[in-house]
Amino acid sequence: MATTSRDLARPPTRNALRRALDSDIFYSFRRSPVVVAAAIVTLICFIGAVCAPWLAPHNPFDLKTLNLIDAFTPPAWMDEGTRKFLLGTDDQGRDVLSTIMYGARISLAVGFFSVLFAMTLGVSLGLISGYVGGALDAFIMRVADVQLSFPAILIALLIDGLARTTLPRDVHDRVIVYVLILAIGITGWVQYARTVRGSTLVEKNKEYVQAARVIGRHPVAIMARHVLPNVMGPVLVIATINLAIAILTEATLSFLGVGVPPTQPSLGTLIRVGNDFLFSGEWWITIFPGAALVVMVLAVNLLGDWLRDALNPKLR
Amino acid sequence: MIAFIVRRLLQSVVVMLVVGFVAFSLFAYVGDPITIMLGQDFTELDAARIRRDLGLDQPFFVQFAHFVVNAVQGHFGISYRLARPVDQLIAERLPATLELSFVAASLALALGLPMGVYTGLHRDSWLSRVMLTLSLVGVSLPTFLIGILLILFFSVILGWLPSFGRGTTVHLGWWTTGFLTTSGLKALILPSITLGLFQMTLIMRLVRAEMLEVLRTDYVKFARARGLPNRAVHFGHALKNTLVPVITITGLQLGALIAFAIITETVFQWPGMGLLFIQSVSFADVPVMAAYLCLVAFFFVVINLIVDLLYYAVDPRLRIDRAVSGGHTV
Repeated sequence: MATTSRDLARPPTRNALRRALDSDIFYSFRRSPVVVAAAIVTLICFIGAVCAPWLAPHNPFDLKTLNLIDAFTPPAWMDEGTRKFLLGTDDQGRDVLSTIMYGARISLAVGFFSVLFAMTLGVSLGLISGYVGGALDAFIMRVADVQLSFPAILIALLIDGLARTTLPRDVHDRVIVYVLILAIGITGWVQYARTVRGSTLVEKNKEYVQAARVIGRHPVAIMARHVLPNVMGPVLVIATINLAIAILTEATLSFLGVGVPPTQPSLGTLIRVGNDFLFSGEWWITIFPGAALVVMVLAVNLLGDWLRDALNPKLR
Repeated sequence: MIAFIVRRLLQSVVVMLVVGFVAFSLFAYVGDPITIMLGQDFTELDAARIRRDLGLDQPFFVQFAHFVVNAVQGHFGISYRLARPVDQLIAERLPATLELSFVAASLALALGLPMGVYTGLHRDSWLSRVMLTLSLVGVSLPTFLIGILLILFFSVILGWLPSFGRGTTVHLGWWTTGFLTTSGLKALILPSITLGLFQMTLIMRLVRAEMLEVLRTDYVKFARARGLPNRAVHFGHALKNTLVPVITITGLQLGALIAFAIITETVFQWPGMGLLFIQSVSFADVPVMAAYLCLVAFFFVVINLIVDLLYYAVDPRLRIDRAVSGGHTV
């Protein structure tokens, strides 16, 4: 039974690429140069961050290669700059470009996994809430209401503060990345849950769900195999936009000094450390990581905006 | 109407109790306050005596009840870090944060609303495009980076404005204000722009989206068909009906401002509650954390309540609906 329906649903593989290229979404993608540029920038950021150990000109965490004489070298195009350090060096003689690439790695990882966590949590709770209904639904939505009335950054700060007070310092420094993913993830689930719940309420009364129920499929299977694929569209839009927000939240927490420690700096940590040298004229230590952060977030935001408009038939 | 208010009040009390509970459980996690208070040398007997004197030997929920009773009166104990009563610390810092948030919110509304209306009405003009692009950049710029850039430009390079602190303040009773001195006003400029910029872009985009939606509706078309002047259609018919969501979001954002003030205050070393809070997080100074949490929650609950009540003033449909269905919320 299941196999036949799957065979029917599978598109002819040879034409899949052709169809993707002909689709409305790809058309609206190709038509807008800004979106294409954003996609390219996002791709470069991803590759640069993920492949940092191979692409970065220096390894900023290899203490043997660091030399304090190199500290505070300005960017290459300024008078005292050298071509060895394209964007200059920080107070410890680390190459700024390399620390940015390694930092973006952590920023992206925290952003990506926290969005994944928030999405899993939110989509599951939304599905259950919409499909099961009743008291459970009321409870989940009440919790969502309450959480929504608090700003995300405060909740993340609270969870981080909790981890800070309960865990010993060395353990805390080791698990801080996971704590951040958890903290930022928890702040984001509400949006997914609300959206999915809304569309689940619509979907569950349609014939295909009723048919699945009649032939006796398990409720969990109905939720996961039948309802879920039909409510995923808006979820992807939210996920894209939330990736930008998650990266910013991580940067903010790290900037406030409650995020990633300076031994494993993310972009936010780099900006915080560099901020101390702003007044003494070493602007590049903080401005370049800041610029990298903004470019990355802006590109993801542009993609998210485009995806939202492309998937929203109202705006066509 | 009264039933609705009572229900909302009850809900608010429940939210406050939940937040209070979270704040109170912070204490339970953070080691033993007795060891913190007694330091290195103490006997078991001392510890037991102090534990009894402070009521720490009582059951959890009795302690929680004490906490609530004290919290309602504004007593949150003594800061571990500064060894001073928390309510005093907060009262000292409160005016700074509230003045900053107030200026930032006014700025965001005063600029965001007209910009949103303009971009909604003139959808394709180049000015709208510029504003929208800038707003996207504004959303992508984290608050702290805006602050750093403003400092770099106006304090380090140009040297026009101070980069930290509140300037000279004037005491009005227990309230300290920076509104009355030139240095106080100058010190307000950069932090309030930093804090208000994000909210401004948010309000602008929201008003724009709502305007676009409303301008498509039949009654606006009908109003045009009746030959009403543009001005009457745009402001009398369209703008009025965009106000409900704008009020909600603006209200909620007002609360968010107080929370986001943490970041702005850190960048500008603004002596407000947010700076106090972030310092106490790094030091695990639980009484201050708990007090701040409860206070911010209280602000939020009050703001939400006011927003809900404002609906009635703005949207007559709600009044009729409620009257018919006997106060049931949907």
